[in-house]
Amino acid sequence: MTGFSWNLIADVRDILSYHFMLNAMRAGTIVAVVCGTVGYFMVLRRQSFAGHTMAVVGFPGAAAAAWLGVNTGAGYFGCCLLAALAIAALPGGGRAAGRGNSEESAAIGTLQGFALACGFLFVSLYQGFLSGLTGLLFGSITGITDGQVLMLLAAGLVCLAALAMIGRPLLFATLDTDVARARGLPVRLLSTGFLLLLGIAVAGASQVTGSLLVFALLVAPAATAVRLTARPGFGLLLSVAIAVLVTWLAEGIAFFSPYQIGFWVTSLGFGAFGLAVAGQWLAGRRGPAEVEPPHAKTEVETLHPERSG
Amino acid sequence: MTSPTAAAGSGEVVVRLADAAAQIGGRTIWSGVDLSLRAAEFVAVLGPNGAGKSTLLKVILGLQPAAHGVVEALGAPAGRRNAAIGYLPQRRAFDPGVRIRGVDIVRLGWDGDRWGPPALWRGRQARQAAERVAEVIALVGAERYAHRPIGQCSGGEQQRLLIAQALIRRPELLVLDEPLDSLDVTNQASVSALIQRVCRSENVAVLLVAHDVNPILPYLDRVLYLAHGSTVIGTPEQVITSETLSMLYDTPIDVLRDRAGRLVVVGQPDSHAGHGP
Repeated sequence: MTGFSWNLIADVRDILSYHFMLNAMRAGTIVAVVCGTVGYFMVLRRQSFAGHTMAVVGFPGAAAAAWLGVNTGAGYFGCCLLAALAIAALPGGGRAAGRGNSEESAAIGTLQGFALACGFLFVSLYQGFLSGLTGLLFGSITGITDGQVLMLLAAGLVCLAALAMIGRPLLFATLDTDVARARGLPVRLLSTGFLLLLGIAVAGASQVTGSLLVFALLVAPAATAVRLTARPGFGLLLSVAIAVLVTWLAEGIAFFSPYQIGFWVTSLGFGAFGLAVAGQWLAGRRGPAEVEPPHAKTEVETLHPERSG
Repeated sequence: MTSPTAAAGSGEVVVRLADAAAQIGGRTIWSGVDLSLRAAEFVAVLGPNGAGKSTLLKVILGLQPAAHGVVEALGAPAGRRNAAIGYLPQRRAFDPGVRIRGVDIVRLGWDGDRWGPPALWRGRQARQAAERVAEVIALVGAERYAHRPIGQCSGGEQQRLLIAQALIRRPELLVLDEPLDSLDVTNQASVSALIQRVCRSENVAVLLVAHDVNPILPYLDRVLYLAHGSTVIGTPEQVITSETLSMLYDTPIDVLRDRAGRLVVVGQPDSHAGHGP
């Protein structure tokens, strides 16, 4: 491994000459695209808490898989999907809005603590391989196998295809639940379906950023995109673009630095979000932004003089 | 002021209830309700809190089954033809954090229930949809703020956009649950006028739940009072009298006429009068 030089093309060539880095880039890209997409819906639906719960529950799954000598990827996917179904079975369906969810969130919080403790136990049973523990919790760019990349690719394609099919009704049910229900959309089923897709995204992200830092890819890019644009289609693309960019940069920096990828991906995601918030604040100070009357303002004024703000 | 009989009595029957009853948790909240709502007719549903006004709308939409009697909407049993009904549920305010444009919310009324990936290219369907969105936004006079995030629109602006959403598929029936709630007096009047204008120009029947009759009174064809488990229905002149209202609300209510001859209801308890929450 040669060190970082300012010749970026040579650096990229250097990175990709290592098979483990190639796999890390492949896995990272797949995960970033899926997380950018699913995360955008998660942020609109305010289900970040549900996403975090799945990530925490995925940790003991992966630890148990490592202890039992099974593929850790299978452990992540199995436990995250089980957690998704469990959350879907709760009365609130994991959505932040509505009454009575403080009790629900207290119960889930307790469960999160228990899941972390179980994961720690499984890691200890696995003869206390401590670097394995940090990898599971905070991510690692080494050790992603070809099989794992294929598994991530298959899961990611299923997830994106499903989301493309249900995307519009899901957006409708998210923003306007009562009307969507009156139109005959299966709101509850859509919610369960989305939680399963979120489970897939979380399980995938956990394998790159670790269980505790999935939000770097799941929330930060989407939350940044939502602040930058109010157009759903453009927001979705922007969220994916930010997630992919953050992942590539983080993996590149992690390759040349002694620190874990989890730190870099989280810091870059946080940086993007911070810039968006600062930009929004500045735009708000400069005057009422986003009043973009595209056409025919004066015509309307004369047509409907009775209208008031 | 429009003549209350101008539209009533003509046109086809859009909603029909015959001896209908509804229950919540095994308790009958109203029964023996008969109603025929015709095209281009504007009817308000009034009554104390807990009288079952929202329940009436849900029964008509088929979201809640009637406990007894016949309920038909657009010539079919309730719930079958909801695609041709524009529905505005109660207290639907978007909080300031919702960063989705008003036009997108309106657009969801057009094809939000369609499965499958959206057409990424600007095809004929996409153009048609965009044209219809622009048309209804112009109809409700919302061009100025339709491209703003809806969470940053005022209550009145949000209500207009939601009415546009309800209208986008050219429904034959509009079902509006307290659309004037949380609006200031000026907006109550302008939104009421808008609903009446749409009712006439688009030939849509309107069923509107309100708890204060005064802002909508000048625009109504008929009123339907739900109280004491039953209904009184008729033109405002027939139903809005001191005797009838005092009887319905169990409290003295005065009906006056202002200088223009308009009815004004005084002393109507606008909340806490009923037995509900």
